[in-house]
Amino acid sequence: MRRIISATVLNESGVLNRLTGLLTKRQFNIENITVGHTEDPAVSKVTLTVWVEDDRKAEQLVKQLHKQINILKVRDLTNMALVSRELALIKVLTTPDTRSEIKMLIEPFRATVLDVSLENVTLEVTGDSEKVDALIELLRPYGIKEISRTGITAIPRGTQKKVLELHPYSIM
Amino acid sequence: MKASWVAEQKTVESSLVSGAELFIQGLQNENVDVVFGYPGGAVLPIYDALYKAEMKHVLTRHEQGAIHAAQGYARVTGNPGVVLATSGPGATNLVTGIADAMIDSIPLVIFTGQVATKVIGTDAFQEADIVGITMPITKHNYQVQKAEDLPRIMKEAFHIANTGRKGPVLIDIPKDIAVNNAPLKEVSDIHLPGYQPTLKPNILQVKRLNEALQMAKKPVLLTGAGVLAAKAEEELLAFAEYYQIPVAQTLLGLGGFPADHPLCYGMAGMHGTYAANMALYDCDLLIGVGARFDDRLTGNLEHFAKKAVVAHIDIDPAEIGKNVPTEIPIVGCAKETLKALNQTCGEKGNSSEWVIQLSKYRSELPLTYKSNDKELKPQKLMEILHEVTKGAAIVSTDVGQHQMWAAQYYTFSTSNRWITSGGLGTMGFGFPAAIGAKVGRPDLPVVAVVGDGGFQMTLQELGVLQDWELPVIVVIVNNKSLGMVRQWQEIFYEKRYSHSLLDIQPDFVKLAAAYGIEGKRAENEDEVREALEAALSSKKPFVLDCAVSADENVYPMIAPGKGLHEMIGVRG
Repeated sequence: MRRIISATVLNESGVLNRLTGLLTKRQFNIENITVGHTEDPAVSKVTLTVWVEDDRKAEQLVKQLHKQINILKVRDLTNMALVSRELALIKVLTTPDTRSEIKMLIEPFRATVLDVSLENVTLEVTGDSEKVDALIELLRPYGIKEISRTGITAIPRGTQKKVLELHPYSIM
Repeated sequence: MKASWVAEQKTVESSLVSGAELFIQGLQNENVDVVFGYPGGAVLPIYDALYKAEMKHVLTRHEQGAIHAAQGYARVTGNPGVVLATSGPGATNLVTGIADAMIDSIPLVIFTGQVATKVIGTDAFQEADIVGITMPITKHNYQVQKAEDLPRIMKEAFHIANTGRKGPVLIDIPKDIAVNNAPLKEVSDIHLPGYQPTLKPNILQVKRLNEALQMAKKPVLLTGAGVLAAKAEEELLAFAEYYQIPVAQTLLGLGGFPADHPLCYGMAGMHGTYAANMALYDCDLLIGVGARFDDRLTGNLEHFAKKAVVAHIDIDPAEIGKNVPTEIPIVGCAKETLKALNQTCGEKGNSSEWVIQLSKYRSELPLTYKSNDKELKPQKLMEILHEVTKGAAIVSTDVGQHQMWAAQYYTFSTSNRWITSGGLGTMGFGFPAAIGAKVGRPDLPVVAVVGDGGFQMTLQELGVLQDWELPVIVVIVNNKSLGMVRQWQEIFYEKRYSHSLLDIQPDFVKLAAAYGIEGKRAENEDEVREALEAALSSKKPFVLDCAVSADENVYPMIAPGKGLHEMIGVRG
């Protein structure tokens, strides 16, 4: 299953290396990872999406991350109510005929045109991964030249509906 | 305003010292009494400062020797071992020891030299990215960017290495950092927001364990090195006695509970005793204390403690539930947790039938071997060693058959006498570790029990024995083969002994003599006893090459993939 894990880390050199190295060592495959500053410049937030077999492996991953000295806090956001967003830049081939059609098409997605040239347009879209996927599929018939996606960044919602069920061996 | 600023500046300026001097100061602040190391280009400024400070330094003959010695020192003293090596090859030669210390939770603070900051990343002479290389095998590591950071980093490193689940911490010091000046100032308190080990157990979980103890008819304690690291031997003894819980020990936990105690059933695992393994297989309550349920201990997890409620006491939350599903997780230091359990003096369960049953196993199916007049049996060798040293020596081993025989037959009634490479299984570990142990505990006899294969990996450290006249006794369990490899080839590979027989050997006695060390070859029990007695009373280094029967195997044994109840060779 896919898990979204958020880690608050000290903003020092080598932290990311330690974090990703740990995932490699324990054979976790990172699907995507985003890193950025938080409200405190000395602290960064890492959001990563990984595939894990079961809850036990997920718990192990959280605990191993938490053990790292320059990782301050680790949260498995998967079962929490959260807002998650991803940004994608998409370069689509255009002809004079299709240009306005594409503009119509992207409107419901609230995507914006960033750059226009004779042969193509570059679009920006922000949303959850499903929305980004849907837009890409819609644009595919026109010919996609290039895509660059940031990966998910996420934050739990202010109000959580229910507390996540803890497993008997869980202590996190 | 201005005047005071100048005055402040002056006091700072007058106390500027080099990074190397800060290094010495840092060691002194931590009460370090010995450094194990090997010099080289990038650590020249540090070695110069060591020279001036008259700090005790043991010069080994290889960096691997230095780090294993520091491990042996740390094991017997409980203080972090300190290692110093140069950049590049000096640093990479430490890697095996770092990995060994990491997996066996041995506190070390390792200093490596590095090329000067301005050439880092240019593939300079003797440059290696040791911080990158050791990232997965250190508890934490640092590269010092400014000389003034060194005191803080050292204080943090010693704290991290020797608290929580102990382990190795590496500090990489570029050459210019050791030369640059920085103010000498007191380091304020450690501030590590991402590192707050839990020592006190959760009272709720302690209560749950108390309740489980009332219900249990077949409780068992599995005790590991966490007991030793926490110095929780007394608390463990009181706990086991109060509730009458049989004790099985891990390889690294030997000595944490006295081997001669009626509740001690010996070592469990692949080559453990029948009683200890059956206790783990049959129990209805398993209490793991400072043990990590390693695969060599559990055998096939499908069959491990299947009838039991599992309680796990460990200082490292990541160990709990990692291999064995755990109903009662207790994160905490073994000492604090056992203390809390002892204080409650909960209602006792009735384990008397269980204790009788296990004691029957212990007396009817003890560890055993077939002896004959012609050969020196390695098991007998361990028994003689125990007898001559009155069981009071520090024993250090490599990995393999000799390690298992030492663990089985040199029984430990006192803690911190047993040094072995458990998790990583490092050949060449035992001899240098014994050197470090002797440096740390000069008052105790120290015996390195090594195989003829492993000894040849680090025997250059005989130079250290000669140099320091250290009365370490090296007992070579010489079966002219890589015994455990040979045993597995015999059992699982139809006796195809692929590259495991070492018929061509140096004359170890002459080799010792080349280092000015007395040696002897022993081929029977009397010669062993006589030589050991002489070596012990001489208070000099000694090498005893023991010709043991070459085709002896370690039993009992659990084949890979089998459960703890499927032991072979129980009856010898």
